[in-house]
Amino acid sequence: MLLVSGIAAFGVVVLYSAAGGSMTPWALNQLIRFVLFTGMALAISRVPVALFAEAAFPAYGAVLLALVLVELIGGVAGGSQRWINLGFMQLQPSEFMKPVIVLAVARFYARLPVGETRRWTAIWPALLMIGVPWALVLIQPDLGTATMIAAGGVTVMFLAGLPLRLFIGAGLALAAAIPIAFSFLHDYQQKRVLIFMDPESDPLGAGYHISQSKIAIGSGGLWGKGYLRGTQSHLDYLPEGHTDFVFATMSEEWGLAGGILLIGAFMLLFRWGIRVSMRARDRFSALIAAGLTTTVFFYVAINLMMVMGLAPVVGIPLPFMSYGGSSMLTVMLCIGIIMAVDRDSGRGIGAGWR
Amino acid sequence: MKFPKLTPKNITQASLSQTFTRRAMVLGAMQGGIGVLLAARMGWISIAENEKYSLLSESNRVNLTLVPPRRGWIIDRHGKPIAKNRTDFRVDIIPDRLQDKERVIGTLAQLLALAPEDVERIREDLEKAAGFQPVQVSDKLSYDQFAAVSVRLPDLPGIAPAQGFSRDYPAGPSVGHLIGYVGVASAKDYEERRDPLLITPGYKVGKDGLERTFEAALNGKPGAKRVEVTARGKVVRELTTRPDTPGKTIQLTIDAGLQEYAARRMGTQSGSVVVLDCRTGDLLAMVSMPSFDPNSFSDGIGHMEWDMLSQDDHVPLRNKTLQGLYPPGSTVKPMVALSFLEAGLDPDETVQCSGAIRVGNGRFHCWRRGGHGAVNMHRGIEQSCDIYFYVMAQRLGMQVIADMARKLGLGQKFPLPYPSQSYGTVPDAAWKKKKYDQDWQIYDTVNATIGQGYMLVNPLQIGIMAARLASGRAVMPNLLFGAKREAAPPLGVSREHLEIIWAAMRDVVNGRGTGGGARLSVPNVLMAGKTGTAQVRRITMAERSGGVRSNASLAFKLRDHALFQGFAPADNPRYAIGTVIEHGGHVNIIQDAPRISGDVMSYLFDPVGAMERLLAYEKDWGGDPFVRQQAQMAAYRAAHGMAPPVVPADNAMNAAPAAAARPAEDGAVAEPDAAGAEPSSSLPGAADNARAAAD
Repeated sequence: MLLVSGIAAFGVVVLYSAAGGSMTPWALNQLIRFVLFTGMALAISRVPVALFAEAAFPAYGAVLLALVLVELIGGVAGGSQRWINLGFMQLQPSEFMKPVIVLAVARFYARLPVGETRRWTAIWPALLMIGVPWALVLIQPDLGTATMIAAGGVTVMFLAGLPLRLFIGAGLALAAAIPIAFSFLHDYQQKRVLIFMDPESDPLGAGYHISQSKIAIGSGGLWGKGYLRGTQSHLDYLPEGHTDFVFATMSEEWGLAGGILLIGAFMLLFRWGIRVSMRARDRFSALIAAGLTTTVFFYVAINLMMVMGLAPVVGIPLPFMSYGGSSMLTVMLCIGIIMAVDRDSGRGIGAGWR
Repeated sequence: MKFPKLTPKNITQASLSQTFTRRAMVLGAMQGGIGVLLAARMGWISIAENEKYSLLSESNRVNLTLVPPRRGWIIDRHGKPIAKNRTDFRVDIIPDRLQDKERVIGTLAQLLALAPEDVERIREDLEKAAGFQPVQVSDKLSYDQFAAVSVRLPDLPGIAPAQGFSRDYPAGPSVGHLIGYVGVASAKDYEERRDPLLITPGYKVGKDGLERTFEAALNGKPGAKRVEVTARGKVVRELTTRPDTPGKTIQLTIDAGLQEYAARRMGTQSGSVVVLDCRTGDLLAMVSMPSFDPNSFSDGIGHMEWDMLSQDDHVPLRNKTLQGLYPPGSTVKPMVALSFLEAGLDPDETVQCSGAIRVGNGRFHCWRRGGHGAVNMHRGIEQSCDIYFYVMAQRLGMQVIADMARKLGLGQKFPLPYPSQSYGTVPDAAWKKKKYDQDWQIYDTVNATIGQGYMLVNPLQIGIMAARLASGRAVMPNLLFGAKREAAPPLGVSREHLEIIWAAMRDVVNGRGTGGGARLSVPNVLMAGKTGTAQVRRITMAERSGGVRSNASLAFKLRDHALFQGFAPADNPRYAIGTVIEHGGHVNIIQDAPRISGDVMSYLFDPVGAMERLLAYEKDWGGDPFVRQQAQMAAYRAAHGMAPPVVPADNAMNAAPAAAARPAEDGAVAEPDAAGAEPSSSLPGAADNARAAAD
C-alpha cells in the first residue's frame, strides 16, 4: 500500500506540473479521488475472500447487463459508445469488466472439480464467459479494453492449469487471424495501427500522439529537463499529457531516472501481487490475486508500450498516474481484492501497507 | 460433440497447485521481462536518441520569426532624405486578453475616430479570430493617435499597439522615376530566391529604379525573434531577439531641392529635365514628369490609380529621361557647328538664307519663312538658321557630324544604375546601310544637321552634350555621391573653337537669339544655351503654301516637342541642363523649355527667388504635382465612378492612341507612347524595357 501511495503521490506531483504548476484542475481532484479510493480499497481488503467468490457470478451478470445497456442507450464519446450517464456520474461498465472477468473465471475454475481441468468442459464455458463481454466491448468499439478483458480472462485460464498446447495453438491461430481481424477494425482503429507501424508518416495527423510522446521522452534524457520545465507538455505539444500520456509528461521532466524508478515501483507491486497469489490459501484466492495483478500489469505494460511507440494508441491509462476516475476505481478495486487475499492468507495486511 | 481426450494424466489437487505455482512464476518472470524491456526501450529513446528528440522538442518549442530589416535610406548630396522609412503606428486587439469588449471598442472608436463600418469590421473579425491572433484595429495612425492609445493601455486590456516601418518618399512624384519604388515580393521572386524573408509580412523589395538596382545594398540583414510558442501557435514569451541590421544608406549626387523644384517647375507639361555638374558629370537633377507617386506604389497601388496613370497621354509611367527618345531638333546645332570648325570651316563664312533651298528633289525650308539673309556661324546658331546648316553640312558631309555627335555623347549608353535605358541613334551611311540596306542620301544629311530625320536622343544625352560642350571634356554622368572617378579626359577639340560656340550660345539666350526665355533672373550670371523644336508630323507642301498650322491648333500628340540645352555661367561653365517638353509646341511661354530651363538654372544660384516665381505659377496650375494628382484622381474617380472596372488589358491599347503619327520623309519621329501598361502589375514601363532604338 505504501508503494501504491508512493506511485500515486508521484502521479499527483506530475499532474501538478501537467496543469502548468497548479493543483487545479487535475492534481487536487486526483488526490481527493485517490484518498477516497484508498479508503475503499482498505474497506474491501477487510471483506472475506469467500464473499468475493459468492459475488463473482452475480457481479459478472450485472456488468454484462450494463454492457448491453451501454450498447442500447449509452452516450457516444469520441466515436465510441462507452458510457452510461447515471445523472451524477458517467459510468463505464467495460472498466468494471476487467476485474470482474478475473473474478468470474477464477470462480469458475475454483468450482470446477479438479479432475475436469483437462477436459473440454473446462474450456468452453470460460471462453464463452470471456467472449461475450469481449465482443460487447469490441463493438463499442474499444479495442484496448476488449483486449484487456480477454487477456485477463485468458491469464486466469492459463493459471488454472489448462494444457499449455492449447495456448500455443490459440496463439498461432490468433497470429493467422490478425490480417482478417484487421479488416474488421474501424477506420480509426486501422489508422492507429498503421500509424503505429510508421508514426513519422503522418507527424501532424494521427501519428502526432506517438511522435510527440517519443519526443517528450527522448528529450528528457537521463535526468530530465527538471520539474515544471517540460516544454512538450506545458506548451501543449503533447496531447493528453495528463491522462494516457502522463508517462511522457513525467519522463520529460524526470528523465530516464524517473522512468526507471516508476517502472521499478510497478514491478515491485506486481511481485507483491504474485507472491500474494502463491501464498494464497485456496485456489480461488490464488487465481484472483494473480489474475488481478496481471490485469493491473496489462494496464501498465500496454500504456507504457503505447507511450514509447511500441504499441498502437489504444487509450489505456497508466494506473495511479493518469488522471481519471474510472480507471483508478478499477485499479484500486484490484488492489483492494489482492489485499483481501493477502489478509486471508494469514499474514494479515500489516506487512503490506503499514 | 465429441472431442479427443485432453489428458492422459491423472490430475490431482496437488499437481494442479504445483502447476499454478509454476505458471505464476512464469507469469511473474514475463512481467519482469516486459518491465526490463520497457526500461530498455525508454533508455534507448532517452539516452541513445536523446539528441534527436531534444532537437525536435526544441524546434517544437521555439518559433523563429524574421524581423524585416529596415531599408537603407537614399539621401541627396547634402544628406537630405529622398527615400526613408516612416514609422507605421498600428493598433491591434488580442482577443484572448480582451476583457470588456464593448467598452474597449467604444473607447478605441472614440480615440481613433473610427467609422461605423470599421467598428463593424472589427467586431466581425473578433468573432472569427482565434484567441491569440491579433485583430487589426487600424494602421497608419498618426503619432498622436498612437500615443493616445498607448497612454490608456492600462485601461484597455487586450489592446496591442505596434510599430512597423514603411517606405516614405518625402518628395513624392518628383522622385518617382529617379528612385523607383518598393513593393511586396512577387511569387516569382520567392521561387527564385527561396528566402523566407520575402514572405515575411511587411517586407518589401525594390521594384524599379534605384530601389531595384541597389536592392542588395539597401536591403540590410533581417533580425530574428525567437519566441516560445504553444502547439496552437500562441506566443508564450520572447526568448532572444537579434536586432535587424538596417540596409546601407546610399548617397546620390542629386540635389533634392533642385530635383523637386525642377519637377514642380515643369508644371502641367510632360517631359524631362536633366541637370549636371558639367565639370564632374554629377547628376544634380533627373526629372521625368508627370510621374507616379512612389508612395502609393509602395503601399500597393489601387486599381483606379493604375488605370488613370496608364491611360494618361502624358505617360507618367515612363521614365522619359532615360527611356524617352526624341529628335533633338536644333539643340544639336552648336554640336554640328563645332564639328564644322574642327573640320576646318571658317566661322566667318556666310550663307545667304532666303527661307528655303533645294536639295536633290526636295525643297527644304528654314523655320523662318522670310529667311535670315547673310548668316555666319555665330548668327546661324544664335538665330538657329536652318539654311546655314543645310548648306555647310552638304559641303562637309555627314561623317564629320556623326563623329562629333558621338563624341558629345549622343547615341551613347551611359553606365547608370537603371535597369533599362534607350540610347537613341546617331545616323551615318554605315548605320543606314546596315539598318535599311539603303544608301545614305544627301537629304538624310540635311535632316540630321537640324536634329531631325533618323537622329534620336534621350534627355540625358542632351544634358551630357551640353555638359561636354561647356567643359570640353568627355564628362560621364554619375549618380553616386563620392564615387571615385578619374577626371574626365579632354574631348580633343580646340579651346578656340569651343569659345566660338560658347559665344554663340550665350547670345542665343542673352542676345537677339531664339532662347531669350531662358535668361536667368540672377544678376551677373548668364546662361548659354540652344533651343530646339522637333516636329512630330510632316508638313505637306499644301499646308506650307497655305501657312503652317500653329501648334496651338493641333492635337496634343501632333504638337512639336520643345527642347533646350545649355549651361551657366556662360563665362565659366559650372552647370549644364537638358530639357525636353513633349509636344510643348512653344504654346505656353511660361511652361516652354527655355523658360523652365532658365528657372531651374536660376534655382541653383538663387533658390529663394526661383521658388517665389514657382509658387506664383503654381497658383495658376492648381497646386504642386501632388495636389494636382489628387485632383486628377478625384476627377478620374468621378468620371469612372459609375463605370464598371475597365478590363486592364485594354488599357495598354488606350494608352497609345495612334502613336502612328510617324512622318516618314520628314523623319521626325513621334515618341511611340505605348506605356508599358501591364495590368495592375508592378513595373511601369516593363514592356519597353528592352526597347532601344536600334543602333
